[in-house]
Amino acid sequence: MSELDRIPVVAEQARDDTQCSPLGLPASVNPILQEIRYALERLIANGEEHRIDLSALPCGPADLERLTELLGTGEVQARVEALGPTLIQETAVPGVWFVDYQDAPARRLVRHIEIALVPQMLRPQPQDLEAAITLLDARCEQETSGSPPQSREA
Amino acid sequence: MAAPTTLGENLRAQGVSRRGFLKLCAATASMLALPPSMVPRIAHALEATRRPSVIWLSFQECTGCTESLTRSQAPTLDELILDLISLDYHHTLQAAAGEAAELARHQAMEANPGQYLVIVDGSIPGPDANPGFSTIAGHSNYDILMETVANAAAVIAVGSCAAFGGLPAADPNPTGARSVMDLVADKPVVNISGCPPIPMVITGVLVHFLTFGRLPELDEYRRPMAFYGQSIHDRCYRRPFYDRGLFANTFEDEGARKGWCLFRLGCKGPTTYNACATAHWNAGTSWPIQSGHPCLGCSEPSFWDGGGFYEPLSVPTTATATTLLAAAAAGAVVGGATTARAKKQTRNLVAERQPVTVEELEKKL
Repeated sequence: MSELDRIPVVAEQARDDTQCSPLGLPASVNPILQEIRYALERLIANGEEHRIDLSALPCGPADLERLTELLGTGEVQARVEALGPTLIQETAVPGVWFVDYQDAPARRLVRHIEIALVPQMLRPQPQDLEAAITLLDARCEQETSGSPPQSREA
Repeated sequence: MAAPTTLGENLRAQGVSRRGFLKLCAATASMLALPPSMVPRIAHALEATRRPSVIWLSFQECTGCTESLTRSQAPTLDELILDLISLDYHHTLQAAAGEAAELARHQAMEANPGQYLVIVDGSIPGPDANPGFSTIAGHSNYDILMETVANAAAVIAVGSCAAFGGLPAADPNPTGARSVMDLVADKPVVNISGCPPIPMVITGVLVHFLTFGRLPELDEYRRPMAFYGQSIHDRCYRRPFYDRGLFANTFEDEGARKGWCLFRLGCKGPTTYNACATAHWNAGTSWPIQSGHPCLGCSEPSFWDGGGFYEPLSVPTTATATTLLAAAAAGAVVGGATTARAKKQTRNLVAERQPVTVEELEKKL
């Protein structure tokens, strides 16, 4: 009986993960921050990009608001007009972007966090880039011949 | 100039840029619960896809499912109809009526044997029921369904009525209503249940078919796992309150005001599988639980007969034996009939089909 007393027993404090993380953040926000952190490590190490679909996560509006507040606002804002607006906002953390895809009436379709040097929507698409020189030549030729240059075809 | 044949060509012809297309694909990946890394693959596949012919049959239904589809925001109905599919027959939306409408259906069936999709909303009086309970142009729903699916690539049952019988099949089921999968045994059947189903789920299944050339992975009730793979309860933002034992006991108490769990007010979230918690309704504005109302469990079999909506959950909803057997027998991709044989079969079915007669109505009433 006395031998049992020698077994070290430490009673751990029960954690209430459902309420708040140690940082005082909603429980659903903490895994997102961990994913962003891991993605940033890979971006810095080998340039690998990553995207997180916020629409697919079980977060309430308050959780997303808290996440947005924590990541802060960076220097770059951009707006892409293609089948409705896409709003791009750099966060205060370099390499971490909010990308808000909206439809023509400006209703949100999906919202991503993108971990990249430049968000995909801002870069020229590869098929468009392949046609870039041909397009430039055509515009120059039209300018030379005096006819007004046509707008870029999609 | 030849008419555009692929979705990519069609979009280019309409002046849709690749960035715009990329956005459409990002929204599509999100609604299919695919990781954002799949966006380039979806874009590549949709660029090259050809628009499938779609025939939409409406039987014993309230048109709520069509109402739901017309409120899809990603893609919009216009984009869906004009860009992704060729909607060749739909009672409510098509301009043609009467014989011209029925002719459009027959032409679509003959022109695309083995390749067209059939979407059904509403339940169907079974072969043993009085055919006069629901007819179109004098023909029974059952005859029209069987004739139309005979050479279809797949059948998509939209709404809980088509998927499980729904309200028409609720006790005592006066019309002998049956679900599509009760009646169609030799074609792949996808159930998109819900009353109504989430519009993005309807379009999501169509987009998945176009992207991957096959139907999505299904659960035991033939519902796409991407949308029905997790319970409302598991994806609910109020779940932490359930875990902590914090409940609303009335619609006016402190718990209701503070947004606590609605389990004691009859929420069927723990036994209901659907995407409401993530897809939301009304252009992503909200969903029932976010609006303070318990989940009714409308995407589950026999939810009308599952007890009071506001009674705390005590008995899990279950499927009928017929449903389970049918689900277990879920078929693989359609194969089979040659084009010529299929066309002939369609013509024969149309020729042999007889209108419901007064004698039949009187006999079975």
